[in-house]
Amino acid sequence: MKNVLDIVYLIPLLPLIGCLINGLGRKSLSKGAVGVIGSGVILVSFLISLWAFFQVHAGNTHTTEYFPFINVGNLKIPFAFRIDQLSAIWLLIITGVGFLIHVYSTAYMHDEESGQYGKYFAYLNLFVFSMLLLVMGANFVIMFIGWEGVGLCSYLLIGFWFKRDEYARAANKAFIMNRIGDLAFLIALFMLINKVGTTTFSDIFTSSTLAKFSTKELTTITLLLFVGATGKSAQIPLYTWLPDAMAGPTPVSALIHAATMVTAGIYMIARCNLMFSMAPQTLNVIAIIGIATALLAASIALKQNDIKKVLAYSTVSQLGYMFLAIGSGAYVAAVFHVMTHAFFKALLFLGSGSVIHAMGGEQDMRKMGGLSKYMKITNITFLLGCLAIAGIPGFSGFFSKDEILAGAFAKSPLLYALGLIGALMTAFYMFRLYATTFKGSFRGTHEQEHHLHESPAAITIPLIILAILSVVGGFIGIPEFMVQGAHSLANFLDPVFKDSYALLPAHEASHSTEWMLAGISSVLVIGVVAFAWNKFSKKPDLQETTGLGKVLENKWYVDELYDTVIVKPINALGSFLNNVFDKKIVDGIVNGVGRLVSYGSRQLRWLQSGQTGAYILMMVLGMVLIFVVQFFLRK
Amino acid sequence: MPINYYITLALCLFSIGVVGVLTRRNAIIVFMCIELMLNAVNLLLVAFSKMHHIAKGATAVTGTDGQLFVFFIMVVAAAEVSVGLAIIVMMYRNVHSININFLNRLKH
Amino acid sequence: MDITQVLFWVLTVIAIGSALMVVTARNPVYSVLGLIVTFFAISGHYILMNAQFLAIVNIIVYAGAIMVLFLFVIMLMNLSKSTETLKNKWLQIVGAIAGGCLFLVLVAALKNTEVKKDLVEMGTGNIGLVKELGRELFTTFVIPFEIASVLFLSAMVGAVVIGKKE
Repeated sequence: MKNVLDIVYLIPLLPLIGCLINGLGRKSLSKGAVGVIGSGVILVSFLISLWAFFQVHAGNTHTTEYFPFINVGNLKIPFAFRIDQLSAIWLLIITGVGFLIHVYSTAYMHDEESGQYGKYFAYLNLFVFSMLLLVMGANFVIMFIGWEGVGLCSYLLIGFWFKRDEYARAANKAFIMNRIGDLAFLIALFMLINKVGTTTFSDIFTSSTLAKFSTKELTTITLLLFVGATGKSAQIPLYTWLPDAMAGPTPVSALIHAATMVTAGIYMIARCNLMFSMAPQTLNVIAIIGIATALLAASIALKQNDIKKVLAYSTVSQLGYMFLAIGSGAYVAAVFHVMTHAFFKALLFLGSGSVIHAMGGEQDMRKMGGLSKYMKITNITFLLGCLAIAGIPGFSGFFSKDEILAGAFAKSPLLYALGLIGALMTAFYMFRLYATTFKGSFRGTHEQEHHLHESPAAITIPLIILAILSVVGGFIGIPEFMVQGAHSLANFLDPVFKDSYALLPAHEASHSTEWMLAGISSVLVIGVVAFAWNKFSKKPDLQETTGLGKVLENKWYVDELYDTVIVKPINALGSFLNNVFDKKIVDGIVNGVGRLVSYGSRQLRWLQSGQTGAYILMMVLGMVLIFVVQFFLRK
Repeated sequence: MPINYYITLALCLFSIGVVGVLTRRNAIIVFMCIELMLNAVNLLLVAFSKMHHIAKGATAVTGTDGQLFVFFIMVVAAAEVSVGLAIIVMMYRNVHSININFLNRLKH
Repeated sequence: MDITQVLFWVLTVIAIGSALMVVTARNPVYSVLGLIVTFFAISGHYILMNAQFLAIVNIIVYAGAIMVLFLFVIMLMNLSKSTETLKNKWLQIVGAIAGGCLFLVLVAALKNTEVKKDLVEMGTGNIGLVKELGRELFTTFVIPFEIASVLFLSAMVGAVVIGKKE
């Protein structure tokens, strides 16, 4: 083996094999074997990814065609993988965080019966496989396979406990919302094929190919791709599925809805960055949608009481930040935030899972409190995660969020101001969550208190690893204004984005301005954290909320709005078609034909009298008729 | 003698046979009417055979096949009559009637 | 009007008249007699056309064998009395009209054909003679002729099987 890049196909293949073994052998394999296989394949994938990463870091990017996938006329789409700086980073995140979550799941899902346990790991492996396909595909079609694959897997995993109706509905909602985005993605894909006749990234994203598009076409295609991204990455208006997706097991929430799947939209746009950079209108739209989503979701998170719902809205909000970064042209900041967010959001979700595990399935944080006494490791790691997401200086979230805010400031100071407000809300609701859960006194039942315990090692070790990453992960992106040339991530990703940066107008803010911005946000965030800590560790808000608080608690009534504007009319149309069109018209035609035939045959039956004479009479009349037609009418 | 005289005669006999089949209920008479129709056709075939002999006129055998056809029709008719009469006898033995309306029992 | 034409018309009138008798007679025996007369008239037509073989066969097979069979059956069943009930008069009228229509339509169709001027060879020509027909029958048509014997055999067996008392 000369080069690891020759065996990158093993990275997605191994999870697929794991999925097949676990899925087919779920009845016969023991839980231990399922866990070892499920986690082991991901670990091997991670090691290969790590190796590939160092190859890419040394400057070797690689595209391999394995076999022709679609050959129709002039359209040739090979099954090809592409390993470059961008996909290498995603590979590390997916397999690395994915591995930790698999290990965590072996303990978290241990109470499931054996068949379900195997099925769960099969789904999880299949999900990792789809996600790897998505990021490794060298053209849009392979990417789309993975794109649909993660949609399918999220449906399967959200609805994993499908026996409860609301969970099954949440799974449906996620799938349908994703389909809306996928449709836009597909249309964009068809437009691309129609225009340039290829879907391979390296063929499309060259200046000469993109020069064939008019600005209008570029804007249309990029907007459609963005709509696809809003479905997958939970942005306005398609974000409502993500909070509902918390119906799935908690590790699933961590894997799919925090660390990997939702970043597919970011990945796709980052992959197409050159095209997006050539469509400034689209970038504006993305920035506006991004900041709006960030603020909306953050405001909803302020008043949620379900521990996972808070984290879910926080995810939507953080994704909004990533889109804000993309809209501002700060692609590196977006990728950076994807990475740090993967660390600390996975940590937070897994930590909340640990809490829920200890509380015996309770998710309402009003019934928790004072857990720091019982769960030391969970408490500390969770606190580190909160500090990271809030953006306390020194933690990973600080660097990435600050970079996004700096990018937004360069685009427009208004975006910066709104982004800062969002960041403050983030700090507030995270520490409201932390203080309500871990500080104060325990508010649950006696039985729950008796059962409180620290989780086993398979849960705490991933938490510790993720906590370390959350703390130090930011140091690969130390901003320019602090240490010259220390932003190793930006240097690493430079080959991917340099064409775009050449296109975008450069707003290089002065170093003193950036110091000032970072200072302002740090001071404010620390202030908010201290305020929230004080407010909620002593007296958590347990009473019913009113006014604006109630609106926030009910998520701005967006679900109800969608229900009224879209779902109800469609249901009404459906029931109209069912009751009136189908029953009256379609059934009427069908039954009418049947009734006509049976009526006609009942009448014609009288001809079948059995009277031979009558038969012969008919015969003679028929003969007369035939002769008349033959001789006199056919002239 | 022009051919249409013979055709008209044959048609006349044939139609009388048809009317007989339609109006009579006695199975034997119906059967006889069928024989009458067969003979009408036989007559027509012989007339055509002789007409053909003049029209083509070439060799001695032109038109013989028409008359041989009549011969075979007679063969088949004889066989048919023997079987048909046997059926009628059988029917009479069972229902003591030869009214063909009784034959509608076959439909049950 | 030569003798052939006179004979043609006489035979035609006899044939049609006796055929009507077949259809209208109340007594089946009269019907049988009418049919025999018709067959004789048709045989006369055959002789007029110099189809001697068929004329003889017609008399032997039809008038001789078949009609005797009919008479035999009628006598056996003692059907000489008119037992026929006329239940449905309308059906009879409609039947008669339908038959008449058939006749009219066919005659009208004949008007439009091209063969109506063609002549039939009367009295001369030897294709109807036993010698000519026999040669054809035992050369060209020998296989159908032999098969006809099988048909007769099966008809005989069939008649015996049907007529047999269980």
